Amino acid sequence: MSKKKRALWVHKDLLGLEYLSKEDIELLLDTASSFREILDRKIKKVPALRGKTVVNLFYEPSTRTRVSFEVAAKRLSADVINIAVESSSVKKGETLNDTGKNIEALKADIIVVRHNCSGAANMLGRNVNISVINAGDGWHEHPTQALLDMFTLRKKLGKLEGLNVSIVGDIAHSRVARSNIWGLTKFGANVTVCAPKMLIPPGIEKTGVKVTDNIDEALKEADAINVLRMQFERDSMEAFPSQLEYFKNFGITEDRLKKAKKDIIVMHPGPINRGVEISSGVADGQNSVILEQVTNGIAVRMAVLFWVSQVRDKDIKNEIGY
Amino acid sequence: MPLKQVFTKEEIERAITRISHEIIENNKGVKALAIIGIRTRGYVLAERIAKVINNLYGTKLDVGALDITFYRDDLSLVAEQPVIHNTEIDFDIENKNIILVDDVLYTGRTIRCALDAIIDFGRPGAIQLAVLVDRGHRELPIRADYVGKNLPTSQKELVQVKLEEIDNEDSVYIEEKQDE
Repeated sequence: MSKKKRALWVHKDLLGLEYLSKEDIELLLDTASSFREILDRKIKKVPALRGKTVVNLFYEPSTRTRVSFEVAAKRLSADVINIAVESSSVKKGETLNDTGKNIEALKADIIVVRHNCSGAANMLGRNVNISVINAGDGWHEHPTQALLDMFTLRKKLGKLEGLNVSIVGDIAHSRVARSNIWGLTKFGANVTVCAPKMLIPPGIEKTGVKVTDNIDEALKEADAINVLRMQFERDSMEAFPSQLEYFKNFGITEDRLKKAKKDIIVMHPGPINRGVEISSGVADGQNSVILEQVTNGIAVRMAVLFWVSQVRDKDIKNEIGY
Repeated sequence: MPLKQVFTKEEIERAITRISHEIIENNKGVKALAIIGIRTRGYVLAERIAKVINNLYGTKLDVGALDITFYRDDLSLVAEQPVIHNTEIDFDIENKNIILVDDVLYTGRTIRCALDAIIDFGRPGAIQLAVLVDRGHRELPIRADYVGKNLPTSQKELVQVKLEEIDNEDSVYIEEKQDE
């Protein structure tokens, strides 16, 4: 029996979907569907990560993603430590790398990091030997959000190949959009981005997406739309005179959906701003999968935590992204 | 590398028929019976046993598939990464008599995982174990209730179960492990 088995997963870290192959993403999505089943059991817990420690290191406010990672780690029987940066030594001037190395010295196994600077997770991954999972870095990537969007789409529609997916909203400042574009185009989905011109980053069409500033056009052929949150704490609103103005021109309303495919899937990474990018009728309507996304997010994050902790030193490839 | 066949297609078929009858006799009928096979070949065997019993009694036994990867205690020790399959147990196991099926019983660690996994689904009335081959070398206090064939082996040997549904043949082979 000299059958040579291939390593399934070769990445110490999950930094972004840019750095993963289609096969890598497929492995994560398939594993996530195994974990999704566990979430419906009476006892929603498996011992796969028993004895491992996961540290959530969040430099930006986040409830959903942090709690989702925490639930995911606990469902895998890992121990979870949350570091709220506001009350930590970061306030005393410690650098991200030093914080990371201290977490490593505390014998943690995985750091889940959210940071306002693009590239923060990449830098941390380069400087520590333990696994780093990017939970959102600046405008760069939010890989687990895109993975859960793709998981939800695949679960609903059976495949990703050939799907028409429109991403609507502040593309320029959105890491969710970037990760979705990287992931979906690897699967041959047709991605359209739709936003007011000020919120479309120059050169975005080089990633293989269609660009439009006409919401009806973005909706017309779409099998799914991903509605991004207008980010008041960032610069989204600088491009627009008022929230109402945005809602009038780009908000996803029941009237607009009437002109789209009947069973179009409406996604949103949350938290939603009712009456800004999406109407309540749509958010709570039958096309919306927003709450399913939240549940699927746990399964996807379990898959990521599981595989980064399965990687063998010998399997790690020289990673891009460092 | 010499492959030695130790179980033919006919022998496998007879063993499955016999095990099916033993299950019924032991449980005094088919009431409250359900079968759960361990992925991948244990599940194939579970379906075959269910088919024999269903044909005999006109029943429609619940059959589940169990993947034990997330319950393994050696995930960080083994050299190769695990392959994950879906667990599909879409019936209530509460108070059922569960027949747990696997192809080869060896150290008993897989069965330990499976027992933990099943109990996470509820509290069965009983769990009984059926295997096609028992090759010995137990590391845990686990034994099978139904055995297709007891196969004395050395730990240097590999036991390969091949089943039509997956491998396009029904057969069991023994092979001497090669030094890497």
